[in-house]
Amino acid sequence: MKTQLTSMVMRRISFGFLTILVITVLIFVGVEALPGDLAEAILGQTATPETVEAFRKELKLDLPPHVRYFSWLGDFLTGDFGNSLATGNDIREMITWRFANTLFLGAAAASITVPFALFLGIMAALYRESVFDKAISIFTLAAISFPEFFVAYILILFFSVKLSLFPSVAMITAEMPLAQKIYSIILPCITLMLVVMAHIVRMTRAAILNVMSSRFIEMARLKGINRANIIVKHALPNALAPVINVIILNLAWLVVGVVIIEVVFAYPGLGQLMVDSVSKRDIPVVQAAGMVFAVTYVSLNLLADVLSILSNPKLRSPR
Amino acid sequence: MPLKLLRKSPWSARLGMIIILINLVAAIFAPALSPYGETETAGDVWMPAGKDHLMGTDQLGRDLFTRLLYGARNTISIALVITFLSFGMGVSLGFLAATLKGWIDQLLSRCIDIIMAFPTLIFALMVLSIVGTSITALIFVIAILDSTRVFRIARAVAMDVEIMEYVEAARLRGEGIWWIMRHEILPNTMPPLVAEFGLRFCFVFLFISALSFLGLGLQPPTADWGSMVRENAAAITFGITTPLYPAAAIAMLTIGVNMIVDWFLQRTSRIRA
Repeated sequence: MKTQLTSMVMRRISFGFLTILVITVLIFVGVEALPGDLAEAILGQTATPETVEAFRKELKLDLPPHVRYFSWLGDFLTGDFGNSLATGNDIREMITWRFANTLFLGAAAASITVPFALFLGIMAALYRESVFDKAISIFTLAAISFPEFFVAYILILFFSVKLSLFPSVAMITAEMPLAQKIYSIILPCITLMLVVMAHIVRMTRAAILNVMSSRFIEMARLKGINRANIIVKHALPNALAPVINVIILNLAWLVVGVVIIEVVFAYPGLGQLMVDSVSKRDIPVVQAAGMVFAVTYVSLNLLADVLSILSNPKLRSPR
Repeated sequence: MPLKLLRKSPWSARLGMIIILINLVAAIFAPALSPYGETETAGDVWMPAGKDHLMGTDQLGRDLFTRLLYGARNTISIALVITFLSFGMGVSLGFLAATLKGWIDQLLSRCIDIIMAFPTLIFALMVLSIVGTSITALIFVIAILDSTRVFRIARAVAMDVEIMEYVEAARLRGEGIWWIMRHEILPNTMPPLVAEFGLRFCFVFLFISALSFLGLGLQPPTADWGSMVRENAAAITFGITTPLYPAAAIAMLTIGVNMIVDWFLQRTSRIRA
């Protein structure tokens, strides 16, 4: 029984690794399949044959594909992402600080969103079909349908332009004290919160209502236990697995969804760097940033799945 | 029958229908309804709303109302094309996997699992950096990414239908795979697929708006809601609400479609129960 569980978890983890491996192959093949030569595409038609040749050497385009793939992968694993085509800077230096910023913003948003969203979801399930529940359902529908930048600009208009409370540009530097950093990311944080919260609230509500329709809850109700106690003591522990799953999935979403918010608030995060590099067609930077995002996303999803395997008694018992 | 259905519909579904109707009229009759040309400079930069300009002008002095109408046309039509394409691929592959089973199903499902394990926006950004941001590239990239979700749903619902006796009967009659997929499975999986179509449309629509907002979707001077927000974004710091109009238009259409999908889902689940 125990071995079955470990084998399930191991299978899930190896699938995660496989996914990342396939992604690296896809990224690599994608660049390979580029019509024409990458060097010519980037240098333009005015480049002399010598510069193109030198550039090809620099990108190691003169070696056969599979050799390049493995050396590229090896470099990636050791944290050597090469240099940016646009600026010539070391990519590792460029992305470490920015990724830390992205994680900072994500963590700040998550730490206020998760407790708040869980509370609202539980309340909506507790007072099902009440005015409160309906208000929540309208709010969540709106939040899911609104593009992130719409929410962001409304917030900027009110809190930054009309009331002059918070800055509309979330500039942060390495030297800033923490309090000032937090102050400058308040608006992007609220935007992320509004967007992500809706999903967590909806799914928490659904998970709890799902548990509420089971037999043991009916039993508890027949015993005359009051509603709040039923929810907190009987329904919540059983709804925990799906709820944990929802939270982690949303965190994964948060890390990626942050891209647009970063662009709106000119926040120096990884997402903004990636978008900039896509329009400059600075492919090594896009590859590196994309890989970092992908690995984060895949690992969080992996964590969610492993936790839900571990916390689900049905998956633990032998068939 | 349709009229009776309409009378019984909740207010949210009616609101949704009105929103979609307005958008469709705007999209179809944009040239007739708009007072100016799509890329015509009709006044000063960021003029306030007034008699000449219903919603003011944009960052190049073009009439915002006109741009919004043409934007409806461009954005909605591209989103529709992508959704149809993604449904064509996703549904046919999903049905194929469900009816054939075996290694084809395994192969398709595992490939789709891997693509879905990757964040869509990041995937799209990487592909677009390689192939460039032409409209064709945009359509195919989003359609392929989106078809993975359609595949999942289509395969799941087809699996339920595939075990029915009438499919078995059709098989024994010697009907081919395509016939079974078209005449037995498709009609019986219609309700969930229609609902999914609405949701996928919303997703595609928001996604393409997001890409345009990032400057990687439809390129100027084509009017498109996402890029209109981007181009006018600077105005917001002066307290000018110009970028909020196209953003609100995106939000309204998505809400409208969502409301109808909700109603549709409730109705079909009631019929089944």
